[in-house]
Amino acid sequence: MSPTIYLHSVTIQFVTLQYKLVEMKLIDNILTPILLTAILLTSGCKEEKSLPIMGNAPIADFNFLNQDSVSITNNTFKDKIYIADFFFTSCTSICPIMHRNMKAIYDEYKDNTNVMFLSHTIDFKYDTPSKLKEYAQKLGVDGSKWQFAYGSKESIYNIAEKSYLSAVIEDTSAKESYIHQGYLLLIDKQKRMRGAYDGTKDEQVALLKRDLQLLLTEEKKK
Amino acid sequence: MRNYLILLVFVGILTGTIISCQDANRIQYDMYYTNGRDLYISYCQNCHGAKGEGLAALAPPLTDTTYLKTNKTKMACYIKNGLTDTIVVNGTRYEGKMPAENFANIDIAQIIVYVTNSFGNKQGNYSQEQIAADLNNCK
Ligand code: HEC
Repeated sequence: MSPTIYLHSVTIQFVTLQYKLVEMKLIDNILTPILLTAILLTSGCKEEKSLPIMGNAPIADFNFLNQDSVSITNNTFKDKIYIADFFFTSCTSICPIMHRNMKAIYDEYKDNTNVMFLSHTIDFKYDTPSKLKEYAQKLGVDGSKWQFAYGSKESIYNIAEKSYLSAVIEDTSAKESYIHQGYLLLIDKQKRMRGAYDGTKDEQVALLKRDLQLLLTEEKKK
Repeated sequence: MRNYLILLVFVGILTGTIISCQDANRIQYDMYYTNGRDLYISYCQNCHGAKGEGLAALAPPLTDTTYLKTNKTKMACYIKNGLTDTIVVNGTRYEGKMPAENFANIDIAQIIVYVTNSFGNKQGNYSQEQIAADLNNCK
C-alpha cells in the first residue's frame, strides 16, 4: 500500500498541526511521523474505489462577499463539486504554488460546469473584495467559476477549522503574520469533504486531479 | 631545432596553464550553477516557476533574455532588497511585489549564475565581487 494514497484520508489527524509558511523545509520532517500514523490508521481499509467522507458533518452554511462584492453562500455551490483553499494575496511562500496548481486544474476544467473553485482569504485586514478582484485578474481568473471569499476573521477561521478541518491562526511574530496549511480541499455535491491534498506537492496535486475525476464519475452514475 | 623544442615546451606550458585556469573557472561556474539551482528552487520557483515561466500577471517570467542582460547589474539589488515597481517583461506590464531576502553575496552570485544561464539565458559566470559592487549601487 502506498502511504501517499492514503495520506489524504486522515486529514483529521492534521488538525492540530500548523507549520510556518516560511519554514517550508520543515514539512518533510513533520510529515514523516504523520505518515506513519496514517499507515497505521488506514491499514485496515483497502477499498480504493470510493473516496472517504471526511469530518462528521457537511460544510456549514456560510455567507461571504466575493471578489465582486456580491454575497456568496452554500447555494452558490449548489450541485457543484468544488475545490476550496485558504490563502492571502500578499502571501509570498506557499500560496503562489498552490494557486499555480489550482489554476492549472481551473484551466483544465474551464468548460465543465460541474466544477467550481473557492479561495478564502485569511487576511481580513488587507484583502478586501477589490484586492481579491485585482488578484484574480492577475491570476488570469475571470467570471464566477472561481470565487474568492472575504469574511470576518471569526467566520473564516471558524469554517476553516470546523468544516474544512484546516487550521489557520494569526501570528503577529511571524514574518508573514499568518500560519496556514497549503491544503486543497475536495468537496462533493452533498457538501461533504472527500479529500485534502498538499497543494504545494506535485504528487498530491496529481492525486487531487485523479480524485476529482473519480468524484465526477461517481456523480454521473447517480 | 633546439630553439624549436624550447618553443614547443613553452607553448605547451602556456596552454596547460590556460586550460587549467579555464578548468578552475569551469569548476567554479558549475558549482555556482548547481548551488544556484538549489537556492532558486527553495526561494524563487514558487513565483517564477520551474521553467522560469512566471505566474500569470502575478510574477514575471525570467525568459526575457534582453531584460535580464540589460538589468543584470540590478539583479542583486532586486534579490536582496525586493522589488516593488512597474516593469515590462516580455512585453507585459507587471506591478507586483517581490519580497526581500537577506542572502549572503555568494548566494546571490550563485542564484544569478543559475538564472542567467537557464530558461534560454546564456550569460556565463558572475562573481561575489561583482555582487558587492552591484549592491553598492542599489537605489
Ligand atoms: C513572492 C513571489 C516572488 C518570489 C519568491 C521571487 N520573486 Fe522575483 N519577482 C516577483 C515579482 C512580483 C516581480 C516583479 C516586481 C515588480 O512588478 O516590480 C519580480 C521580479 C523579478 C526580476 C526582474 C524581472 C524579470 O522577470 O526578469 C527578477 C530577475 C527576479 N524577480 C528574480 C527573482 C529571484 C532570483 C528570486 C529568488 C531569489 C525571486 N525573484 C523570488 C515575485 C517574486
